[in-house]
Amino acid sequence: MAGYDAPRFLDAGEAALSIEFGDSVDAEINARVLALDSALQRAQPEGLIETLPTYRALLVCYEPLLLSRERLVALVEAQLAEAPLDRPAAAPARWRLPCCYEGECGEDLNEAAAGLGLTPARFVELHAGAEYRAYMYGFAPGWCYLGGLPQALALPRRATPRGLTPPGAVLIGGGLALVASNPMPTGWYVVGRTPERLFSPSREPPLFIAPGDVLRFEPVNLESFHALDARAAKGERVAIREDGA
Amino acid sequence: MKLRILSAGPGVTLQDEGRRGFLRYGVTPAGPMDADAFLAATGAAGTEAAIEVSLGGVELAAEEGEIGLAICGGNFDVRLDGRPLPAACALTLAPGARLSLRAGPSGAWAYVAPFGRFDLPKVLGSLATHTRSGLGGLEGRGLAAGDALNILDARAGPKAPMALNAPWLGAVSHSFRILLGPQQNHFASETIATFLTSSWRLSARSDRMAYRLDGPPLAHRFGHDIVSDGLAMGAIQIPGDGAPLVLMADRQPTGGYPKIAHVIGADLPALAQKRPGEDIRFTQASLEEAVAARRARARALAESVRLEAITPELTSELLLERNLVGGVVGDFTLLE
Repeated sequence: MAGYDAPRFLDAGEAALSIEFGDSVDAEINARVLALDSALQRAQPEGLIETLPTYRALLVCYEPLLLSRERLVALVEAQLAEAPLDRPAAAPARWRLPCCYEGECGEDLNEAAAGLGLTPARFVELHAGAEYRAYMYGFAPGWCYLGGLPQALALPRRATPRGLTPPGAVLIGGGLALVASNPMPTGWYVVGRTPERLFSPSREPPLFIAPGDVLRFEPVNLESFHALDARAAKGERVAIREDGA
Repeated sequence: MKLRILSAGPGVTLQDEGRRGFLRYGVTPAGPMDADAFLAATGAAGTEAAIEVSLGGVELAAEEGEIGLAICGGNFDVRLDGRPLPAACALTLAPGARLSLRAGPSGAWAYVAPFGRFDLPKVLGSLATHTRSGLGGLEGRGLAAGDALNILDARAGPKAPMALNAPWLGAVSHSFRILLGPQQNHFASETIATFLTSSWRLSARSDRMAYRLDGPPLAHRFGHDIVSDGLAMGAIQIPGDGAPLVLMADRQPTGGYPKIAHVIGADLPALAQKRPGEDIRFTQASLEEAVAARRARARALAESVRLEAITPELTSELLLERNLVGGVVGDFTLLE
């Protein structure tokens, strides 16, 4: 079994507990995080404020004056003993996201490729050839973190964060991949852009890719990017669902 | 009635207690930097949201009727038509009058809460402004000269301005308690000792997202990448350059730099009130101490805020204090 033998309970201040199942990006570990998250969402003990599932850990924000750490840990251990946390989720959706790696869309592509000792063309071939699993949202609205980045594209994060990302940035960093809707400063590298709007607060639901879903990037040229971007701006979904649902 | 913004420096935003329940979609909670001062102001005004004023300051006027306002936060220079008022006060703003808040001798944030409700739509359940993602407040942005905020159910405040007093307000602190972890094992024990014994200077590259600290760079044992996980307010990340980042109200929900420690909840409001250029230190606390401090803060907050007549001594004392420090105010620029 991937991950730790038993989950670790780590304090993130006195009002948040990080429950870690492992220290790697792994579908099995992530499935256990998502299962504990669902169990706590159902249990809703008094004093539970909010939970945040990530790759390998569940951050439980709580009010320690209503729910002591001891009781919270006991509750989590009871949930873990009761429910098998590695049961498979519903069949994941499969998405094809248009991605432009050209020109200003892939503003850090040359830098990232050089850092990896690859030509930009080889970089794109490897990046677009891989299949990714959506693990979590985080950092900023609609920032969807992905597993499945080829080992040859594993590049550490920047030592100092760079400026704002463009909308729909496709990024790599720290051996991971992500696709991001809102512009933010980041320590990652912008290697392309998708015209898809992953997050739109006025749309219901605001997000359509769920943790556990499978994604691929389909290279498009600048001209196609701008055409798709114009359609997405009008509210059209330009990502293609491949599993027919 | 309407509250008109006559002028506003950068970083003046509308905030409520913050956006809850959307961390899992990458949505930042936002909310006040200094929750204690925010709760004092909104508590005194009987409302849920306030204008958060940065060191850039703000000038306000009432239109189409009078309105009560409660003001609380750092030691700002508060004036009604040029007349100095205590930094924490309640007053009635009548059409034609002008209220100004400017950076005073200490403190970084102040709150202006209306006796009434902001007529603005909630986004994902909250009015809190997060400018980086363009959510909440007025069009998801900071307030600017010319903006008019419609106030529903507006009521007058005290006829003459009154001082707002709560025993827990306005304490200026230089030392802040932390709990180590979760990634303290990513740092050698000497590095943790350096973290706890050094004096840290708040960098000008600080804002609602994070307070950056200048001091001796802290080295990582295993590099600066961890598998990204959730971030609570007060988390102290150590990025690759070794300069600690204390994550504040506009923090990103997740991050991938190791977290050496967390500032305890009870000490976060006073930390938020520190200004770039000021020095701070950290001391280690236990979980029990952190929970006890949280309980003490909750008890203090449950005590009602008192309104007191403004005595001539109080006003002259304030003026004297301003005269003494007048030379050091105003050379700071807030970076967004």
